[in-house]
Amino acid sequence: MNSEQTDLPVLPEREAEASRLARWRSRVAYQGLSLGLVCALVALALLLGDHFTRDAIASRQQEDQLATLRQVLPARLYDNDPLAEAFRLQDAELGEVEVYPARRGGELVAVALRVGTLGYGGPIVQLIALDNQGRILGVRVLSHKETPGLADRIEPAKSDWITRFAGLSLGNPPLAGWAVQKDGGQFDQFAGATITPRAVVKGILRALQLHARHAGKLAGQPEEVQP
Amino acid sequence: MSHCGGAQIVVRQGKRPWQYFTDALWDYNVALVQMLALCPALAVTTSATNGLGMGLATTLVLIISNAIISSLRHVISPEVRNPLMIGIIAGVVTLIDMAMNAWTHELYQVLGLFIALIVTNCAVLGRAEAFCLKHPVLPSILDGAGSGIGFTWVLVLIGGIREILGSGTLFAQASSLLGAHFQWLELTVLPGFQGILLAILPPGAFIALGFLLAGKRVLDRRRAERRIKTHGELVVLP
Repeated sequence: MNSEQTDLPVLPEREAEASRLARWRSRVAYQGLSLGLVCALVALALLLGDHFTRDAIASRQQEDQLATLRQVLPARLYDNDPLAEAFRLQDAELGEVEVYPARRGGELVAVALRVGTLGYGGPIVQLIALDNQGRILGVRVLSHKETPGLADRIEPAKSDWITRFAGLSLGNPPLAGWAVQKDGGQFDQFAGATITPRAVVKGILRALQLHARHAGKLAGQPEEVQP
Repeated sequence: MSHCGGAQIVVRQGKRPWQYFTDALWDYNVALVQMLALCPALAVTTSATNGLGMGLATTLVLIISNAIISSLRHVISPEVRNPLMIGIIAGVVTLIDMAMNAWTHELYQVLGLFIALIVTNCAVLGRAEAFCLKHPVLPSILDGAGSGIGFTWVLVLIGGIREILGSGTLFAQASSLLGAHFQWLELTVLPGFQGILLAILPPGAFIALGFLLAGKRVLDRRRAERRIKTHGELVVLP
């Protein structure tokens, strides 16, 4: 009936080649070798990819950090490069804290502190900028894993909640006020999410207390700062 | 030839290459028909923009990995095909992740978390296993593109439903994904609407997917009935 479909002649050399390949493919050595070869090629491709993108990625991340720093530290305040002068501060309570000092004419005018607290979905890392008097210049969340749509209102793109901390300090409001309203404090939580704003407030309070503990290093003379 | 309720049953055989593309969009849709890749489909679709970004990134991975695996189909031993294919897919995903981080950084900031997850997207391995090992390169690329775009529209639809119900907006932040001239896409559908929390949380994703599945069944049934009425035939997919 449909003879032209079934009676197609198969070329003998192609058939032999196919069966040779099939025999090869069933051998353990071929399988191991092919697996090793593909893994080696993928690794090589990744090495090349890393080589060509490493510098670009590093400078993008630098730009990101700088952009966040500009949001908390007004650029007119300082004339140095806080990222280049970053140092780690040893603290008895918080361990190592990364500090970005902002100077004008060599004198320390403000610091940005990188503080992490535990939120609902994982660590919330914040950048908190304080002037020499311990007043908050700005706060931004650098990274978090909170529930999207529910607790991500700590991002400035979603809500202005995070901007209401500017101008506050350790005595303003008094210590009891440094909590969410549910805990008797003065900062509102979000509908359905208390743990996230609570963690953010806690992080900011920690930064303020750290600043007070190390006033000599974080608000004092520039030569006291360990580079 | 057999008869079913007076309708002639036609079994569709022998596809033209472009049919691999169009079939994957609807009739063999990865998410709605094959029920693959539901984990990313449910997890990232809190907004239409997220769905679109994840869908497009997955489409790119599907096209490239389908092309590579189908061109190697004669030399891959069936016994070691899975680690081999996973290695290739993971390599492709990691390269795309690095390239996006370096050269399309704004897009990467939106999608960054999801890119690495594409390795575990079973649609990619599923298409490699079910299609690319048996078909030449061109049909495999078309199948990858169709599967990817089929996956994308489902993600955008689930994301859109959840975003409207959950936040009252549609395509919020689309300009950070597609560029500033797509700002017109960002709509506030329900102004002043606080949003139904359930829609944003994981159960909302399951509910939206359920309604989509039911909706597709209804449309498919109507289409089949219309075909029987007008052509007197019932098309059965092979």
